[in-house]
Amino acid sequence: MAERIYIFKRFERFWHWSQAALIMFLMLTGFEVHGTYNFFGYEAAVDFHTTAAWTLVGLWVFAVFWHLTTGEWKQYIPTMEKVDAMLKFYLTGIFTDAPHPFKQTTVSKHNPLQRLAYLFVLVIINPLIWTTGWFYLFYSSWNDWGVGWLSLEWVAFFHVAAAFMMLIFLIAHVYLATAGHTATSHIKAMLTGWEDVD
Amino acid sequence: MQIIRSMIILGLGLALSMLSTHAFASTTPADAAKATEKVVEAKSDGMKAKKVKDSTADHSKFKELQKDFKTGPEVTRACLECHTEAAKQVHSTKHWTWEYLNPVTKQKLGKKNVINNFCTSVESNQTFCSACHVGYGWKDDNFNFAAEENVDCVVCHDTTGKYKKIPGLSGHPNYKSMEWPPHSGKFRPATDLKEVALNVGKTSRKTCGSCHFYGGGGNAVKHGDLDSSLDNPKRYLDVHMDADGLNFTCGKCHLSDSHEVSGSRYAPTASDSEGALIRGSKGDRNPSTCQACHSDTPHKETSSPKLNEHTDKLACQTCHIPAFARGPLETKMTWDWSTAGKLDENGKRIRIKGSTGRDLYDSKKGNFTYERYVIPEYVWFNGTVKFTLFGEKVEDRSLVKINDFQGDAKDPDARIWPVKVFRGKQPYDLGNETLGVFHTAGKDDSAFWGNYDWDKSMAFGMKAMGVEYSGKMEFVNTEMSWPITHMVAPKEDALECHQCHKEDGRLAAIKDIYMPGRNNTPILDKLGFLVALLTLIGVLVHGGIRIIMSKRG
Ligand code: HEM
Repeated sequence: MAERIYIFKRFERFWHWSQAALIMFLMLTGFEVHGTYNFFGYEAAVDFHTTAAWTLVGLWVFAVFWHLTTGEWKQYIPTMEKVDAMLKFYLTGIFTDAPHPFKQTTVSKHNPLQRLAYLFVLVIINPLIWTTGWFYLFYSSWNDWGVGWLSLEWVAFFHVAAAFMMLIFLIAHVYLATAGHTATSHIKAMLTGWEDVD
Repeated sequence: MQIIRSMIILGLGLALSMLSTHAFASTTPADAAKATEKVVEAKSDGMKAKKVKDSTADHSKFKELQKDFKTGPEVTRACLECHTEAAKQVHSTKHWTWEYLNPVTKQKLGKKNVINNFCTSVESNQTFCSACHVGYGWKDDNFNFAAEENVDCVVCHDTTGKYKKIPGLSGHPNYKSMEWPPHSGKFRPATDLKEVALNVGKTSRKTCGSCHFYGGGGNAVKHGDLDSSLDNPKRYLDVHMDADGLNFTCGKCHLSDSHEVSGSRYAPTASDSEGALIRGSKGDRNPSTCQACHSDTPHKETSSPKLNEHTDKLACQTCHIPAFARGPLETKMTWDWSTAGKLDENGKRIRIKGSTGRDLYDSKKGNFTYERYVIPEYVWFNGTVKFTLFGEKVEDRSLVKINDFQGDAKDPDARIWPVKVFRGKQPYDLGNETLGVFHTAGKDDSAFWGNYDWDKSMAFGMKAMGVEYSGKMEFVNTEMSWPITHMVAPKEDALECHQCHKEDGRLAAIKDIYMPGRNNTPILDKLGFLVALLTLIGVLVHGGIRIIMSKRG
């Protein structure tokens, strides 16, 4: 018999979806600034990207604060336990309706693979995109900041590299959102807060 | 799009308020000018004041000028009776000496010394070239540069529009009726010097333009951003000189002091990162730059901060003069002297005109091309120009740079500037290893324009430079750059970001700087999109198998 548990609090859900929207919008505008295609027009893309980036930065400030004060940051402590079981599940079990090797609880919301993936986003992709984006934004102040030796070429390179990592993460993440107890249970949980579990 | 934007902006006013640190209150000089205009209008409306002259002296009332002057120098003598120091002032200017010592490169420049790729050189051709000298009588090296009466006051101070120095008369206007243009069958009446003298006044676009619009041998030929369409321009052509608007004279920007006019093409001011020039401020900043009025943060706080942040790399002109020769006139783009001298079967001069009435071929000068609405080329420029002068050996004769703009991305004084690059083909003396000086105009037997004989004309020209012609010459390709700075377009016509920020954009030739939007990281892009695509395929396959399996089960 399926039971329901309350996993994602209101702020968490708000944070997730607004972040998702912003990141997708940043990708859309960022790759236009990069010169990959023409959509909004270059000037508008730059304006939108800058505005969305500031917004995202603001959102992160709140999120970091929230994670620290609620102790929710512990959700991202990595563990290797059951990683092999998770991999096996995604490679075979999922096709044969085998039981999910990980049991979600309110204190442990993410399966070990999720933990690793999100940690990668948190400690590699985000900081990379943050710092490079920040330097990019204040390019004209580099000399005043005493970092005139920085090269825009490399700052942009790492910003774009991080953007690609984010894109790849997004594709996998959106798909794996359908790999819960049922195809929609994860998504529903992120919308309502309640997840069906076995 | 608007909606998305306003939602983001509304929702996160907080984040945005941080951005407003960029907001410096600023009004453009145009705004300020408009405001004062209104005040003046209101005043004159109220008082119904009758129009007063803006000069305190009406020269038509001076008895010193009520004379039937026979020659230009006679007029000058009359001017000097009151303006006792004027000629001495003029004597020290480039307009008079045609010489300029570049303090940085130590090169001796000026029209007298530089060889260009239009009519090439003044030496041995003074009778013609001096039609644009502010003097009378410069026909050869014996000209008396110390004589005050040799200064031509009226060429700059005429207001009648009837005073014209005729090429071939060594800087004089015609004192007798003469056929002009040559062989046209039209006659110019003798210059009424009395009328001209009684009506002198301030310089105007027309007086400056009488030489500067016609450089290189004709209207619109040389600069590309200066031609007679600026006599009476509309706003689209030049926001400052707009005859129905700001109506600037040249002197409004090119402020003069003791007859020394500011702004020089031999030592231009390529960058000025200070605020607007305030009266009384110390130092010797050039008052004729854009920044002298607009400062180097000219864009309003309501526009993107990115605009002001571009002024450390771009000259104002780069965005605000999107093309040159934007008026009705084409400017000359190339001049090939090597084809000059061909004659028809009767041994007569050939002239072929294009559909717009411009010469495409002239036996005297060779082949030309003209263009209108020309997109400039762009170069780094820090204000230093190196010329290839007479007597300088050229290492690489495949392309001789008549002048070379210095600067690169690393140079804090360099900005990206728009230039007209004029391409020519002209004589080079192989024995002496120097650009050639040849004799073009004159009634003698060596002038190319009478005899079409290169050797004779070279021998004459080189001798005038103090060198024996080697007898061996060839035509070399040359390039000369002209900074584009006039014909400033209205702001709505300024360049847009994407015109440079794209692959093969306007700044494609500027390679030593990173610019987002022009395909900078091709390998990273390929790799990134490949991995993203593989991930996508992976999840689609995975999902497909799940769907199939669940249907079976
Ligand atoms: C998921 C988030 C983000 C993605 C996917 C993203 C993507 C991109 C990409 C692809 C470019 C083009 C770079 C180039 O070709 O040189 C770019 C430019 C830029 N990004 Fe981001 N970015 C993100 C977040 C941020 C953040 C957080 C900031 C600032 C803190 C930022 C600031 C900038 C700036 C300043 C530029 C330069 C162009 C401009 O002024 O708009 N970005 N971004």
